Amino acid sequence: MDLNPGPLFVGEHILLTPPRPEIDAAIEAQWSEDPQYLAMLQSEPVRPLSAEQVRRKKRPEENRYNQFSFSIRLKHDERLIGFAELRNIQWAHGLAWVRLGIGNPQDRQLGYGTEALALLLRFAFEELNLYEMLAVVYEYNTAGIKCFEKAGFSIRVRQREAILRFGKRWDALWLSLLHEDWQKARGGNRA
Amino acid sequence: MSASGLFTGNLVRLAAIRAEEDAAVFARWSENSHYLRLFDSDPAQPFSPKHFQRLYDEEPGVDKYDFGIRTLTEDELVGIITLDDISWPHGTGWVSIGIGDAEQWGKGLGTDAMNILLRFAFDEVSLSRVSLNVFEYNQRAIHTYDRLGFKVEGRIPGFLMRDGRRWDLIFMGLLRNEWQGAS
Repeated sequence: MDLNPGPLFVGEHILLTPPRPEIDAAIEAQWSEDPQYLAMLQSEPVRPLSAEQVRRKKRPEENRYNQFSFSIRLKHDERLIGFAELRNIQWAHGLAWVRLGIGNPQDRQLGYGTEALALLLRFAFEELNLYEMLAVVYEYNTAGIKCFEKAGFSIRVRQREAILRFGKRWDALWLSLLHEDWQKARGGNRA
Repeated sequence: MSASGLFTGNLVRLAAIRAEEDAAVFARWSENSHYLRLFDSDPAQPFSPKHFQRLYDEEPGVDKYDFGIRTLTEDELVGIITLDDISWPHGTGWVSIGIGDAEQWGKGLGTDAMNILLRFAFDEVSLSRVSLNVFEYNQRAIHTYDRLGFKVEGRIPGFLMRDGRRWDLIFMGLLRNEWQGAS
């Protein structure tokens, strides 16, 4: 019996690394100055954060067993380009919520998010042995919906008019992906 | 404006939670695993009165309203109802309800309490949308929410693992303009 080939946290172009708040916070603070970016990720009002505020916000995550946070870095120079995380893990039911973002508009549409999501799903399903992944995406985030659907997620819930932004009401979509469906999509049993 | 006040219905009223005296009642309910498995997805576990006293002793936050459900006739505590996760910019919130005293099930107390809470959510807190989750096996509650006007907005397949099998999590939502008003 062979172990699954390939390291868990290394993709073709990107790496998932632990957050390095000493270096990352200043860059994430820059991202927070882009209201479009934050509006894709959160329902809370967008607001620019200082590096110190970013550091403070990140700190309580450490050592929590129901959350795993990673930074997404480019493989060739380890430049920080985004974050990916599993949150609110419910161990008794085998569930977790997935969230990821690519901070700089120039780094989007290049497949980095897709690659990071694939690594995160493999970690969730084959290391944590979870049963189902959930993601909440707002209707206006078409790139996000496409990214999750490409990874195998299906839209399960449409909360009507849950978000009021850019002068109109939008639905909040809940997507999910079952471990068994993920496995099937990858071609069934691997050696 | 309602003549009898915002917090009074036909059978029950919504009252402040009295951390000290209600805690013993909450602790008794938490010994009923059937109730706990209808209420949330946490593994069912009995808690001490002290746990509940601590839980409700603090000053309420700005995005959460907890009420005890008390009968109008005996002023008996029969359940709990909460409007929480309020998002002020979006005008949305989540409701949860539990009738802890199983002898009081099937008498319409939950429907009455929900009517009061929805009036509070729409007419006082001025929300435009209220959401809730319910488990697939809780048919009684689904029926109640349906009668109150909630619409099913989807379901997460296999969300819960209980008794060795998977159950769906059902999402329901009610928009202010769909709400018929408290009866």
